[in-house]
Amino acid sequence: MSLLDVRDLSVVFQRRGERPFTAVDKVSFTVEPGQTVGLVGESGCGKSVTSLAIMGLLPKRGNKVTGEVLFEDTDLLKLRPDDMRDRRGREISMIFQDPLSSLNPVIPIGVQVAEVLERHQGRDRKQALREARDLLDAVGIPDPQRRLSEYPHQISGGMRQRALIAIALACKPRLLIADEPTTALDVTIQAQILTLLKQLVDETGTALVMITHDLGVVAGLCDTVNVLYGGKVVERARRHELFAHARHPYTHGLLNSVPRLDSPRGERLHAIRGSVSDNIPWAEGCAFAPRCDNVVDACLEGPPPLEPTATGGDLRCNNPVSEEVAVR
Amino acid sequence: MLRVIVRRLLQLVVTLIALSALIFIWLRNLPGGPVEALLGERATPERRALLTKALGYDQPILVQYGKFMQRVVTGDFGNSIRSGDPVTDVISRAFPATIELALAAMIIAVGLGVPLGYLAARWRGRSLDNLTIAGTLLGISIPIFFLGYLLKDVFTQNIHWFPPSGRLTTGLDNTNVTGFFVLDGLLTREFDASADALWHLILPAITLATIPLAVIVRITRASVLDVLNEDYVRTAEAKGLRHRTIRGRHILRNALLPVVTTIGLQTGALLSGAVLTEKVYNWGGIGTLITDSISGGRDYPVLQAIILLAALVFVVVNLLVDLSYAFIDPRVRVR
Repeated sequence: MSLLDVRDLSVVFQRRGERPFTAVDKVSFTVEPGQTVGLVGESGCGKSVTSLAIMGLLPKRGNKVTGEVLFEDTDLLKLRPDDMRDRRGREISMIFQDPLSSLNPVIPIGVQVAEVLERHQGRDRKQALREARDLLDAVGIPDPQRRLSEYPHQISGGMRQRALIAIALACKPRLLIADEPTTALDVTIQAQILTLLKQLVDETGTALVMITHDLGVVAGLCDTVNVLYGGKVVERARRHELFAHARHPYTHGLLNSVPRLDSPRGERLHAIRGSVSDNIPWAEGCAFAPRCDNVVDACLEGPPPLEPTATGGDLRCNNPVSEEVAVR
Repeated sequence: MLRVIVRRLLQLVVTLIALSALIFIWLRNLPGGPVEALLGERATPERRALLTKALGYDQPILVQYGKFMQRVVTGDFGNSIRSGDPVTDVISRAFPATIELALAAMIIAVGLGVPLGYLAARWRGRSLDNLTIAGTLLGISIPIFFLGYLLKDVFTQNIHWFPPSGRLTTGLDNTNVTGFFVLDGLLTREFDASADALWHLILPAITLATIPLAVIVRITRASVLDVLNEDYVRTAEAKGLRHRTIRGRHILRNALLPVVTTIGLQTGALLSGAVLTEKVYNWGGIGTLITDSISGGRDYPVLQAIILLAALVFVVVNLLVDLSYAFIDPRVRVR
């Protein structure tokens, strides 16, 4: 049994007077206990919406969520809001992109950590604060006792993200969803935060869903990678498989657009042409077709199915990049 | 923190001195004056000159102002021209009445305005929200004296729910301790007097509260809408916190910052609104005193003192607001 089994998850945004917009289109993936799974794609591919749908954090109005999100065989989408509220922060946690805006500016750090423990572990404020201090210590915040009474604007960006990680892991959840946790940080701090996350999930056995557009993050962290394009999974593979033989032209393009230190001087950076379109045209064929170098006639006739590959992954492509073509 | 307070208090002194000069010059240049009022239109020029000299109004305005300031520093605002009583006595009789009215109005405005604004934001676009928006528009646009007479007409003439005017039923005596009649009744255990005072207070307080209420509803609604979109509210939801924790600790505390500022600024509206409200309900506070002192022959000493007092109240309330701001928002404290 998987820890998390997402089946045909779709999110359609519907505003009055506007055409419905499918942000997530029948996405399926699984997360095994203790595993780290990546959801990768560029802005607007539906990766953040997927995570918010799993957490039950999408706005109550204006969207329709269908499919199943099985967490240890319980469909989270069918839970009453209060039951989901009991699980959030305790069994499933989430950390977000911008650590400054994600912390409440008028509440001391200590209380922001402690309130999770008060809510889910029944601790009183004093006990919760003591545990909060240990948690801050565990995520590598120096002088944790003093930080308890400090406010978010008084500590550095890296420390804020550490504090948010402490909050997310306070109740030892079985699943942690990290939505681009390092995007807003300096490059040097990014590495520290990723190392910390890796160390913590290894120690606690927490499964991690890593949402990112940064393939460097994937390379360092993820066991399995799901590449999303236009709200659909286009390729799924084990990490090494993906980096060695990316089959989908989109994944291939992503990998090739990573700047390399050993490339010849003056060589232009490889980019995928075009940009992600606003409405997803999967109905009229492959959504990536307009930007694809490998496009064939079949691509324009309908969305290609997601099919298993010989190496144990899945691929949604009519004319994949040959296995022999290695990534540059 | 202490330095901020000291600096603000010094600013306050400068403001009051400048204001006192303005009031002084402005009042002296109004047409008509106490001499005409006391002697009537047909007094001889000789008698006028005599009284003008006796009151000291013949001297250059700067000299008059200098003498006035000299006495003010010792706490002496002179005597009322109309009644002859010391100005400080006249004002201290009327002041508590106005404060009681203004406080009651503010309690209504905040007590009703913040929850309504919050609910309107939470149910944005629903009927409660639309109703609230329409109601606040009405509340802001309706003139106080019109609303005052309307309420008075309906609730004291058609339905006899409330008394039409005054602060206490005639014949009912209360012991004056603080001048706040509702509070006095509680302190002296004269609960019937307290209840009677409260009964008299309700209509004027509602009248005076309308505009601040409408403003506070709107500010709260806009502010809560802003905060609801903040990332930290999403974080609070992701923590699985209870509704009431999220509402009280994470949403309202941030959303109330602009509301607190508004409360300070509305003090001015309350003071000017009190003049009209007190007139309608014959309340006998500072507002009544102002109108009487102007129409009853330019009672310079009383008017000067009242306007200074009103300015003092406004500035002090806003100082308190700024200080509470620093208390609510730690980011302000650092400076």
